[in-house]
Amino acid sequence: MAWLDIGALEDVPLRGARLVRTRAGCIAVFRTAEAEVFAASNTCPHKGGPLSEGIVHGTRVTCPLHNWVFDLETGAAVGEDARIATYPVRLEAGRILIDGTALSQRSAA
Amino acid sequence: MGKRKLVVIGAGMASGRVLEHLTDGAPDAWDITLFNAEPRGNYNRIMLSPVLSGEKSYAEIVTHDDAWYAERGITCRFGEHVVAIDRATKTVTGQQGTVAYDKLLIATGSAPFIIPVPGRDLPGVITYRDLDDTNAMVAAAERGGTAVVIGGGLLGLEAAAGLALRGMRVSVVHLMGHLMERQLDEAAGYLLKKDLEAKGIKVLTRASTKAILGEDRAEAVLLEDGTTLPADLVVMAVGIRPETRLANDAGLSVGRGIVVNAQMQSVSDPDIYAVGECVEFDGHLFGLVAPLYDQAKVVADGLIERENAFVVRDVATKLKVTGCDLFSAGDFRDGPGREDIVFRDPARGIYKRLVIEEDRLVGAVMYGDTADGNWFFGLIKDGTDIEEMRETLIFGPAYQGGNPADPLSAVAALPPEAEICGCNGICKGRIVAAIEGGAVDLGAVRATTKASASCGTCTGLVEQLLQVTLGDAFRKPAAQPICGCTDHTHEDVRRLIKTMPLKSQEAVWQELGWATRNGCHVCRPAINFYLLADWPLDYQDDPQSRFVNERRHANIQKDGTFSVVPRMWGGITTPDELRAIADAADKYKVPTVKVTGGQRIDLLGVRGEDLPAIWADLNRAGLVSGHAYSKGLRTVKTCVGTDHCRFGTQDSTGLGIKLEKLLWGSWTPHKVKLAVSGCPRNCAEATCKDVGIVCVDSGYQVGVAGAAGMDVKETERLADVPTEQEAIDLTVAFIQLYRENAKYLDRPYKWVAKVGLDWVKARVVDDLEERARLIAAFEVSQGIYRKDPWAEHAATKAAGYAPLADLTLEAAE
Repeated sequence: MAWLDIGALEDVPLRGARLVRTRAGCIAVFRTAEAEVFAASNTCPHKGGPLSEGIVHGTRVTCPLHNWVFDLETGAAVGEDARIATYPVRLEAGRILIDGTALSQRSAA
Repeated sequence: MGKRKLVVIGAGMASGRVLEHLTDGAPDAWDITLFNAEPRGNYNRIMLSPVLSGEKSYAEIVTHDDAWYAERGITCRFGEHVVAIDRATKTVTGQQGTVAYDKLLIATGSAPFIIPVPGRDLPGVITYRDLDDTNAMVAAAERGGTAVVIGGGLLGLEAAAGLALRGMRVSVVHLMGHLMERQLDEAAGYLLKKDLEAKGIKVLTRASTKAILGEDRAEAVLLEDGTTLPADLVVMAVGIRPETRLANDAGLSVGRGIVVNAQMQSVSDPDIYAVGECVEFDGHLFGLVAPLYDQAKVVADGLIERENAFVVRDVATKLKVTGCDLFSAGDFRDGPGREDIVFRDPARGIYKRLVIEEDRLVGAVMYGDTADGNWFFGLIKDGTDIEEMRETLIFGPAYQGGNPADPLSAVAALPPEAEICGCNGICKGRIVAAIEGGAVDLGAVRATTKASASCGTCTGLVEQLLQVTLGDAFRKPAAQPICGCTDHTHEDVRRLIKTMPLKSQEAVWQELGWATRNGCHVCRPAINFYLLADWPLDYQDDPQSRFVNERRHANIQKDGTFSVVPRMWGGITTPDELRAIADAADKYKVPTVKVTGGQRIDLLGVRGEDLPAIWADLNRAGLVSGHAYSKGLRTVKTCVGTDHCRFGTQDSTGLGIKLEKLLWGSWTPHKVKLAVSGCPRNCAEATCKDVGIVCVDSGYQVGVAGAAGMDVKETERLADVPTEQEAIDLTVAFIQLYRENAKYLDRPYKWVAKVGLDWVKARVVDDLEERARLIAAFEVSQGIYRKDPWAEHAATKAAGYAPLADLTLEAAE
């Protein structure tokens, strides 16, 4: 794995998200608790809504366009047969790191 | 062969345990010299809190007294600092002289972390680490006054609780969003804060210390937000770090701590052991006593030449912050594939959360009732498959097959004087008395007490009281809960927020027994509004609980772009404003410019990251947010009235502008649209608005509760008034009454249909005192929002609109 530093934890609002541009497309980084982050595709498979603009609750996010709900731990849509890609992230000394290998695999695929 | 020489630096709990094992296992093998910087031997550091609070004396917490050391022939050099370790000559030099060693044990423990703020060296600023610190706090507390504890971790809270017990006024300043964030989640942190506040300790979270102020000694703590907290004593308890200076100087390998192997020997020198909080093993640091004792056994075995190896074990923290029961174990935070089970019992102040991964328990947080902690800890440690008992797991080992949490407990826990019916001022005690006196259904309670007989929003609570009082004898009609997170209805929650009272989201989740960690996209925006509307001075708006449009101050469109609508007061604009709008449309390549139904101009298709810049440009021309995105005042549509129109009876444009300047920026349960027409021809279409005023020769006809959307409905006449001021007063009072009572996302026409126009008239029109109260309450809560959010975001929050990072280059490599 190649961990890439994408920013400080405090730059992502608690129960909020920020966007990260990658070659694999836009990724949303969600902060679900003081020290809990997830990364997933920013694009809702329903109508392409920007998930980083959704309301973050528990470890889920609700798409701002039509209220599809996604579980950030698995990427699965709740009550719909759909899912979004998720990416490994971890926290180290207040920084958020994302797995660059997973990103390049997605862009190659 | 004579005795070999062992030198020990530090007489703490870890090295004390080493000496016990060593002198028991090989009583005559070692000639031991023990250095300690403190002028005393080994005592139970964990028990310093009871010493601080006065429940115990120092003598009661001594582990090894002088006789103990003497019996074992240990040479004690207490109160003497070690100056250097010389590995070449194998000697240790103290302030009083040098001693040789065959083996050396470093047990220097940890040092408190001092935050680098001005004033940290002033007298009156102390840390909380050893008996001397404790005695200094006791002495300070005897002088009384005010203490500020910096740091809301375990140590800081112990200091705060102890000082409060000794009669000081104590504030705790904590950098993070909730107390003890490393051991507790937000919900448990909320309960802890509440318990501490009940003990008179003030808790400030998200508070960053800027400086400690004072001339000759500490007098106050200054926070980043400008708050000044007076302080006769400042306790700095923000954390500890391994004390590694001696090891560093001796050239040993030091990471965060002294790096050791599984035999607890320094990886740089096998003749040097290290133990306790100063140690780093396999990337881990250690603070709890259980692993330290494991390490001590390994060190002693090494010195007696027995095989042993240290392994890191999962450790549960059963914590006691003077009088508060808390427990945390395992990993209750990060990780994919995890699931929560949450149990809350508001009446008893209990919160439990279990974290499950692949049918195994991986973490547990408990507050208020930690009796089952060890059982859960066992399940975590053993990796027990819990699939079979999943449903009842949270009730603990003794309660398999138990009942779920009682949704009635919040109402049951209310004191008799808690107000249930706000309209008629009826408290719980009177309603319960009426029920016990034979009023066994809703109608009878209404008839005897008037409770729930006016606006009806407390009906759910009255029914719950019937259920609590009568038990199974009462069957409650099914009511629609807000969402899957709770059994309560909107009306119940609003009323309980007012009466319990509940002033934070965590308070609502806990006290009303929410089934989720922090609500969902349905309930959280509603709770955020209710708290904001009912407790404007205590509760701070949470942007993360708002729908994107209100968070971004722009309307999201189907392609993820946004629309920008500048405010035009009463629909009046100027050539300069129009030029600025046209320039902005050009500059940001706005694909669509449209005139709205509310007499404004809409710029559609602006990219999210351009928002702060386009706002700043529009601001420069004097244009501000039109709040076309908010659950709040949208527009006041007007006709030209007496200014130009030959039929106009009053200055409808002027009144529209006045209303808009008064109401703009306010938060309401749903959007609110107004209009003012200058004559009954009604060119501003005022008779289908939330509030619509039609000017006539004799004054103003104020209509409310119109609709022209999913439903079409003409306004109902609230009142006819002769003066413009009265028309304004009625409008503001009506909107405030709506803010205080309506269900989130009910437009005024839906709310008025529920409570009845007569109920509204009684408060807004007939009761002049209540009208004045409503107007004053609106001013208190909404006055501060009469400002441009665009300007604020463009100036201070622009960074949040841009991507956090751009990895398109890195990923290509």
